Amino acid sequence: MTLPHPLVKFRPSWQLILTLLMFVFMYLPVLVLAFFSFNASPFSAGWGGFSLKWYAKMISDGRMLSALQDSLLVAFLAVMISAVLGTLMAVGLARYKFPGKGLYQGMSYLPLIIPDIAIAVATLVFLASLAIPLSLWTVVAAHVVFCISYIALVISTRLTGLNQHLEEAALDLGATPQQAFIKVLLPQLMPAIISGCLLSFVLSMDDLLISNFTAGGGTTTLPMEIFSRVRTGVKPDINALSVVLILGSGILAFAAEYIRFKGDQQQLGK
Amino acid sequence: MATSAPLPPVPGAHPSTDTVAAKLKRKLVSLVQPTVLLGPAGIWLFLLLVVPTLMILELSLIPGFRPGEPAGAYGLGNYTKIFELIDGQPIYLWVIARSVLFSVGSMLICLFLGFPVAYWIAIMAPKRWQNLLLVSFVLPLWTSSLLRSYAWITILRPTGVLNSLLGVFNLPPVDILNTQTAVMIGLAYNYLPYMVLILYSSLEKLDRRLLEAASDLGATPQQGFWKVTVPQTLPGIAAGCLLVFITNLGDFVVPELLGGASSMTMARLVYNQFLGATRNWGFGSGLSMLLILGVSIAIALLLKYGDQKAEDF
Repeated sequence: MTLPHPLVKFRPSWQLILTLLMFVFMYLPVLVLAFFSFNASPFSAGWGGFSLKWYAKMISDGRMLSALQDSLLVAFLAVMISAVLGTLMAVGLARYKFPGKGLYQGMSYLPLIIPDIAIAVATLVFLASLAIPLSLWTVVAAHVVFCISYIALVISTRLTGLNQHLEEAALDLGATPQQAFIKVLLPQLMPAIISGCLLSFVLSMDDLLISNFTAGGGTTTLPMEIFSRVRTGVKPDINALSVVLILGSGILAFAAEYIRFKGDQQQLGK
Repeated sequence: MATSAPLPPVPGAHPSTDTVAAKLKRKLVSLVQPTVLLGPAGIWLFLLLVVPTLMILELSLIPGFRPGEPAGAYGLGNYTKIFELIDGQPIYLWVIARSVLFSVGSMLICLFLGFPVAYWIAIMAPKRWQNLLLVSFVLPLWTSSLLRSYAWITILRPTGVLNSLLGVFNLPPVDILNTQTAVMIGLAYNYLPYMVLILYSSLEKLDRRLLEAASDLGATPQQGFWKVTVPQTLPGIAAGCLLVFITNLGDFVVPELLGGASSMTMARLVYNQFLGATRNWGFGSGLSMLLILGVSIAIALLLKYGDQKAEDF
């Protein structure tokens, strides 16, 4: 990090070399997984030839597929609910001043700050004390908490840079508040909403702790299934699954960033 | 409860014909919109986050509470249990100290590795590539930390990639998996992109004219770096360090998968109190409150000294 180094005058600089090394560091573990996922040998110590059998095994693994189904269902429902609640909250926070707004805003940041484990045990205690049976729905309800925060955060960032006169103009021209909201504000917010949804979908799909504490016996999400298998050692079919999931999350997150970036550019262009 | 700034005029209401009833009606109408916007999310977060956290606070004050057993009297037993000696060792204090040391250690590694990377991307890389470089560096943050930690198992275990590599160079094998070293590697790996992201947003705002001015006045690049760049990015450095510290402190997956029995941390201990054999929810709640307290202290420091814009990530 310090500059006192004779190499600084030459290209490539040591910062470039270190950055390249860090890129390798970031992606190497994933590449190792990818490499072994195509390894015919079940012992990922040596190379036993190219094979797709772990991918075939993954697709025919019933427990894995049902876990995937649970995960997708939870993520989909949680994101749907959070998209509505999070958007309303972000717009409300940008629009109104009221006593206790600081507290409300603080509460909206809490899920991003408090450690997952603390949220997970608190939710479990809450559900247990009300004698609410654990199920897929309790997982959804718990996931909505952090998804709302995330979506609202992404939308708030966009709202601060938004042209508010457009909505006022619509109201002046006789639109009802609902019309102005749906026809003027919502389209402007769409890139942020979509991007926030994609990111919180990824967060929900990857969550282990909160699902683990709020899922009933009949529900197992993918991270829970993977966690219970990985604890007992390295499994070659988990390599294949990991590659697919990491690629999936990566693509969704990249798309989200791209949509947000394009949206911001459009906004600047106007 | 809410007072709105630019509300549309209520149809039919006219100042000259104001009656108490009309005023009340207008007041009610003006409350509808804020309630619709802020109510649902507020209720959801309050019920499923604030109330549960208060319940944990209450449980933490009931010594040795176990589910299915009648709750005892209030007391501080769960908190004093932290100082308990088992076989002459203050094991719970060790757990807390270890969690803090892991977090600080990983934070420092992230800072020293992350600063040059953020510096290169923000200052030295071609402008048009900066966004893409940053997004690609930060992308792993969005993939499951469970799977990335699992990837490190395949690298670090006795018959793993690292030892195969060492074998190629005729070096003796190392046994890193299930040690505290493995936890440090895993934590630093997991949160390095986070640090880079926050430092980048701080370095990007750097006023480069000051650097030019410094160099015109005869400062060497080193002096420029230490006297201009670092002081200007200090809030960003503070924000990055504190946020990485917070996420490290609460991390469960990395110490659980890579640390083995030697790396019990607060998050793992909380997990075990709730889902493990002991089922001492009272003690678990106490530890959980302690974790929240640690995070709150870090947040208070962040609000005081940190670059608050950085929080937006």
